[in-house]
Amino acid sequence: MTAIDERPAPPEAPEERERKALRISWIDLFLWGIRIAAIIVIVFGLFGSISKFVAGEGLTAQGWRDLIVSSLAQGAMYGLLALGYSMVYGVLGFINFAHGEVFMSGTMVGFIAANWLFENGVWTSNPFLAMFLVLIVAMITSTLVAVLVERIAYKPLRGAPRLIPLITSIGMSFFLQYTFGGLFGVGFNTYPPPPEVIAGSVNIFGIDVRSTQLTVIIIAILSMIGLWYFVTRTRSGRAMRAVAEDKEIAGLMGINVDRTIVLVFAVGGAMAGVAAMMWSLLFRSVNFFAGFLPGVKAFTAAVLGGIGNIAGAMGGGVLLGLFEGVGPLLILGGLGIPGVSQLKDAVAFIALVLVLIFRPSGLFGERLGSEDRV
Amino acid sequence: MPLLETRGLNKTFGGVHAIQDLDFEIEEGEIVSVIGPNGAGKTSFFNVISGIFEPDAGQILFDGLDISGHTPSQITKAGIARTFQNVRLFPNLTVLENAMVGQHCRTSSGIFAAVLRTPKFRREEMMIEKKAKDVLGFFGTRLVGYRFDQPAFVLSYANRRRLEIARAMATEPRVLLLDEPTAGMNPRETIELTELIGKLRDERGFTIVVIEHDMKVVQGVSDRVVVLDHGVKIAEGSYQEVSTNEDVIEAYLGRPADLEGAK
Repeated sequence: MTAIDERPAPPEAPEERERKALRISWIDLFLWGIRIAAIIVIVFGLFGSISKFVAGEGLTAQGWRDLIVSSLAQGAMYGLLALGYSMVYGVLGFINFAHGEVFMSGTMVGFIAANWLFENGVWTSNPFLAMFLVLIVAMITSTLVAVLVERIAYKPLRGAPRLIPLITSIGMSFFLQYTFGGLFGVGFNTYPPPPEVIAGSVNIFGIDVRSTQLTVIIIAILSMIGLWYFVTRTRSGRAMRAVAEDKEIAGLMGINVDRTIVLVFAVGGAMAGVAAMMWSLLFRSVNFFAGFLPGVKAFTAAVLGGIGNIAGAMGGGVLLGLFEGVGPLLILGGLGIPGVSQLKDAVAFIALVLVLIFRPSGLFGERLGSEDRV
Repeated sequence: MPLLETRGLNKTFGGVHAIQDLDFEIEEGEIVSVIGPNGAGKTSFFNVISGIFEPDAGQILFDGLDISGHTPSQITKAGIARTFQNVRLFPNLTVLENAMVGQHCRTSSGIFAAVLRTPKFRREEMMIEKKAKDVLGFFGTRLVGYRFDQPAFVLSYANRRRLEIARAMATEPRVLLLDEPTAGMNPRETIELTELIGKLRDERGFTIVVIEHDMKVVQGVSDRVVVLDHGVKIAEGSYQEVSTNEDVIEAYLGRPADLEGAK
């Protein structure tokens, strides 16, 4: 390989060289245009917001703090969901678009459990046990669905070109949506209100934080620590990383590659289950289509953090949550654009486009196996 | 009884006979070199033994049991480990983790034991780490200390080769298959590795099959040399016998032009 690299480039005809230089400069010009436009928008937006804040208009200080905390909570949920995309990409090299539906299945079956617990009074008499049970049900459901999807839809395609499982995953996504729509109805189901213990808010360092959001953030941090420990400090986690880097050699080390791939889907599914429980605390209402937008957002978060990078997925999720939660109000609001909070999805995907243009390997760098790096 | 033996081994790729009716055997504690010109089928021979390819015909007997057609992980578990001509490590795993992965086939605790942190799991993790440090320590100070936590891709080429051997050692094999262990090394490193191959047998008790192009290394390490050409074994014996064998010289250098017949 080095021999090829060291070979001197063939001399170019002068006019060709000129043309090439010209072409690059046009692209550069365009990119610089985007950069400058982005900076102008951000600077003027910030300036506008700050002057508004000083003048006593718009959100109060407490309002901004609430917004930041709720964005963080939502971002933590995206992050846990993004892990599933990132881990599957790291090991199999395709985007599992059915992952949003894995999450949706957790919210739907979790709803049944929550409703049952509510009707039997456990929800109010023993709130922590009830939430724990909902969490376990959501995790088990999502794990099972993720593993089933892998066994039925992706395993037969092992070794096929990557485009094929990618398209299959889109098919699986529709299949799961309409299966759940058919089984549970297409209307919205609403979780029972959060138990009283976490219905209020707590004061942390002089800041009032809604307890549900605090719970979500704490659960996310605990899940991340658990996952980090599992991936870096245990035999199965090492096997997972080895398979992500080189399947053939991993097999030669006595690792059962097939079983490890199932494990990746199971862990990703379990994390989606945790995210499903968080959704039930933050938004409460679910239907068969509830997985689509969070799924696409989580995919965005995974790309933002650098696909295949586990810590990056979590960081990307939190950043995306902040972008779409705080960004519209802080920047677009400062420019005097009306109805900015409805633009949050647009802001999230603008973030994706900007990252793909300026830093395609993600903010924290991608981690790819040797065969994907070619 | 030989520790590793092949009988009538055959492997073809399309119309190319990579290996033809190969009979090979190695006794426990022996070091055998496999040599031959490029494309002679040496690496294919390793690939078939280690289970990456299934042989078309013939038997591979390891310790008297036929292992042909088994998966690579089963063969590693049975006790055959190998290295690659083009080093194939896990570049983003640390040096220590690369060696620890080698222990995978000798350990058993699963995900639930890890989640619950059972005593067995903790004991096993400690054992894995101890074993990995032990095999890395075999190469002196090159792969120990601060190296443990460096990712494998930062290592020099020679150290990558050493780490790959360490990883193979960590699978606790009885037979080590080394595919051109000195390729790309400088003369000093080559001499050092030659000594190391001897030490692998004398101190660690491995039986070793080594593919090598460097005749100094072949001369230095081998008890016996097997020569392949076009997938066929054309000679076998001590280095002296093989290096003076006419078929071997012909395979490497070609036949002298038959000037008499041409007239």
